[in-house]
Amino acid sequence: MKKIIDFFKSFLLLELLKGMSVTGKYFFARHVTVEYPEEKTPQSFRFRGLHAQRRYANGEERCIACKLCEAVCPALAIKIEVAERADGSRRTTQYDIDLVKCIFCGFCEESCPVDAIVETRVFEYHGENRGDLYYTKAMLLANGDRLETQIALDRAADAKYR
Amino acid sequence: MINIEIDGKQIQAENGATVIEAAHSAGIAIPHFCYHKKLSIAANCRMCLVQVEKAPKPLPACATPVTEGMKVHTHSEQAVKAQQGVMEFLLVNHPLDCPICDQGGECMLQDMSVGYGGGHSRYHEEKRTVLAKDIGPLVSAEEMSRCINCTRCVRFGQEIAGQMELGQAFRGEHAEIMSFVSGTVNSELSGNMIDLCPVGALTSKPFRYKARSWELSRRRSVSAHDSLGSGLAVHTKNNRVLRVLPIENEDINECWLSDRDRFAYEGLNSAERLTKPMIKQDGKWQEVEWQVALEFAANGLRHIANGAGAEQIGALATANSTLEELHLLQKLMRGIGSDNVDFRLRQSDFSGDGKQQGASWLGMSIADIGNADRLLVVGSFLRKDHPLLAARIRKAVKKGAQVSIIHSTDDDLLMQVAHKTIVAPGALVDALDKVAKGMAAKQADGIAGSLLGGERVAVLLGNFAQQHPQAAQLQALAQQIATAANGKFGFLTEAANSVGGQLVNAVPGAKGLNAAAMLATPRKAYVLLNVEPELDCANPQQAMAAMQAADLVIAMSAYKHHATEYADVLLPIAPYTETSGTFVSAEGRVQSFKGAVKPLGETRPAWKVLRVLGNLLKLDGFSQDTSEAVRDEVLKGMDVAAKLNNASPVPTQHSAPSTQHSGLQRVADVPIYYSDAVVRRSAPLQATTDGAIPLVWMHGEEMKKLGLQSGTVVKVSQGQGSVKLFAAADDKLPVGVVRLAAGHAATAALGAMFGTITVERA
Repeated sequence: MKKIIDFFKSFLLLELLKGMSVTGKYFFARHVTVEYPEEKTPQSFRFRGLHAQRRYANGEERCIACKLCEAVCPALAIKIEVAERADGSRRTTQYDIDLVKCIFCGFCEESCPVDAIVETRVFEYHGENRGDLYYTKAMLLANGDRLETQIALDRAADAKYR
Repeated sequence: MINIEIDGKQIQAENGATVIEAAHSAGIAIPHFCYHKKLSIAANCRMCLVQVEKAPKPLPACATPVTEGMKVHTHSEQAVKAQQGVMEFLLVNHPLDCPICDQGGECMLQDMSVGYGGGHSRYHEEKRTVLAKDIGPLVSAEEMSRCINCTRCVRFGQEIAGQMELGQAFRGEHAEIMSFVSGTVNSELSGNMIDLCPVGALTSKPFRYKARSWELSRRRSVSAHDSLGSGLAVHTKNNRVLRVLPIENEDINECWLSDRDRFAYEGLNSAERLTKPMIKQDGKWQEVEWQVALEFAANGLRHIANGAGAEQIGALATANSTLEELHLLQKLMRGIGSDNVDFRLRQSDFSGDGKQQGASWLGMSIADIGNADRLLVVGSFLRKDHPLLAARIRKAVKKGAQVSIIHSTDDDLLMQVAHKTIVAPGALVDALDKVAKGMAAKQADGIAGSLLGGERVAVLLGNFAQQHPQAAQLQALAQQIATAANGKFGFLTEAANSVGGQLVNAVPGAKGLNAAAMLATPRKAYVLLNVEPELDCANPQQAMAAMQAADLVIAMSAYKHHATEYADVLLPIAPYTETSGTFVSAEGRVQSFKGAVKPLGETRPAWKVLRVLGNLLKLDGFSQDTSEAVRDEVLKGMDVAAKLNNASPVPTQHSAPSTQHSGLQRVADVPIYYSDAVVRRSAPLQATTDGAIPLVWMHGEEMKKLGLQSGTVVKVSQGQGSVKLFAAADDKLPVGVVRLAAGHAATAALGAMFGTITVERA
């Protein structure tokens, strides 16, 4: 009996038509594929991309070398050295993030009491050598200076949820 | 005993104990700030409020004595509400600058506010500001806004350090901790205020911004300076010692640490550290490999031993060297056939050598000193030489003990002294003899009367008495006095391993020369272990002359010091944080420790250096692999307690010949921060008042005779050497003496610590 049913099913191409109907449905449905890099997905203001160090409006770096980010970093990607600056304030002499180690968990910006270390929306960067992704304090501050407008907007958007 | 109930737990408490003491002994935590077990009760922080049944209001647990049947709740609704309220008030004026605060991560206020505080503050107004204060090079009071006015530092000064250098001025919101008329805190125990401060108001100045508490590794060690044997927690990061804290031990240092033990570590990171072996060839210093330097040294020793004779070789070590180092040094010397080895560099009377029945020691436990009811301290700069023992005696005096002093200077001991006899060094024996005679005659007053009235009597001989030219006589008389008073007598031994040095027999035998003789009759070769002859020896002039005349000087040192002027080989050895070893404290406590960090550069532990030297000289018994093996070689099967014996070797001479000095006689102390090589290089300690350049102290009359005033520059001479220093008047000194410190570079050109000295206007 089963043999007879199978014979008619294949004779009438039922399974082929079933398959083609799925193809046909998607052929006319709305497209969801984003064709990166010409197209881009929308980003949350909490997007965790490339790190940056921020400054206050008067140009003073925010970081006070409390080392909380270094302590909280699960990948041990942050290295900080501290010294007293001539004006008596506590400042970093070295602030490095090894982006090869970083897992982009965002704990560093979460722990920062002064919003100095932040993760920006930038995710399109690369390094041609291993050392290229070892970001020093100067590089992080440059990131901050370059992206400050967007960073400030994102922090403002997030503020009401905190 | 009283039965009380805390949180439903039945507890037996001592009669008169407070609720917090009862709770702590039962392992129940009660939050507190101003309460400290070693300080008096202030009850001003109110953090320890607990609910007591039948009491209408919450009561402070630290100031409420237990009563029979008392029922206490530490976590009831009322108690929690009270604690949260107090915490909110404490945080009203606290700046909450934890991210930049050195106390962050080990702060009582942080811990308590997480554990017992509320979630938020209702205070949004401006916080008060307290101006920063400069209270000296050790304790930082830069951030006094953080202070919660618990007054622990003030009470520490009053009760433990004996001087109230910090106080609370003004009232209410304006209350602030400050030093008296903007002075500095000069106590030799001031570092303890940093530990006591529950917040970050008083922090360590040398440690400022160096590291966060969670980054540090903690290693146990033992103090290498005074003979108390204080336990140290050495905090390290990246193979560098960043700070030192006390390890609590009720029998030794309680929970305190002297500033010398606490801040000496800065000397370990000094730029003067010697990190490569060096030899002098054709008058020029060259850095060489260890193998070359050791072979050079071994060949040199062999050459002299075969040529001039082994007795032409002398070895000097400091009593800050470890037991292992001293043992191998004496073994090496005896192996090559010389008996000239000594570590008692500042001693001048060796007449007791060979007669002493055991190692001279404290004669009692450190705890016994605190329990004594009559003390006689002979020849000791007590506060500076043994800061924590002084604190213990101070505590005993507060409990009613009587302390008497026989000495040549009258420094303020910051405690009530019942009787004191201040005489010139030459009359010290007479003064002690008078007390001994008074005891025999059952004298009712004075020092003799005081000692006879005691049940637990302690007679202690300090550094000055041990270095005195008639030390053996002083010892004999002290023993006689202690016996007559039915008490104990002992030595406040000079350095960390003074007792250990005697146990390993690092002293000359019958045919050997002692430290003084070795320098007085110069040898052809010297082996120096940690020694800086111009600072560590009783007679720097003589020591330097001997060094300069020697054919071969092998200097084992952690530092590049003046040895470059006379030595032929410099071997870099590891100081106490970089080597394992053992110290035997004054009370005979054997304490071994391991290195806290790796040796700096090519530095090596001295016991290894000595072992390899032994191998190169083809001596037997130099095959130890670990410092423990070296230690066990000496101490295994040895009953240390049985080896400790102060019994006097010399009969007392009642008609003691008092040495009459024609001119002025020098009284030399070794300033607290010049006592050994590491301390001398600790910059923060050198910046204190105790680290200042020594003054020439004289009685006012003596100065008038010489036509001098305080502040005049004088030329002080001993032998061929002279130095120019400022004169100062101290009318408490006996007439005929000049007090001038030894152990300091400024006086290194002078002669014997107890010698005749001339002072003239420069």
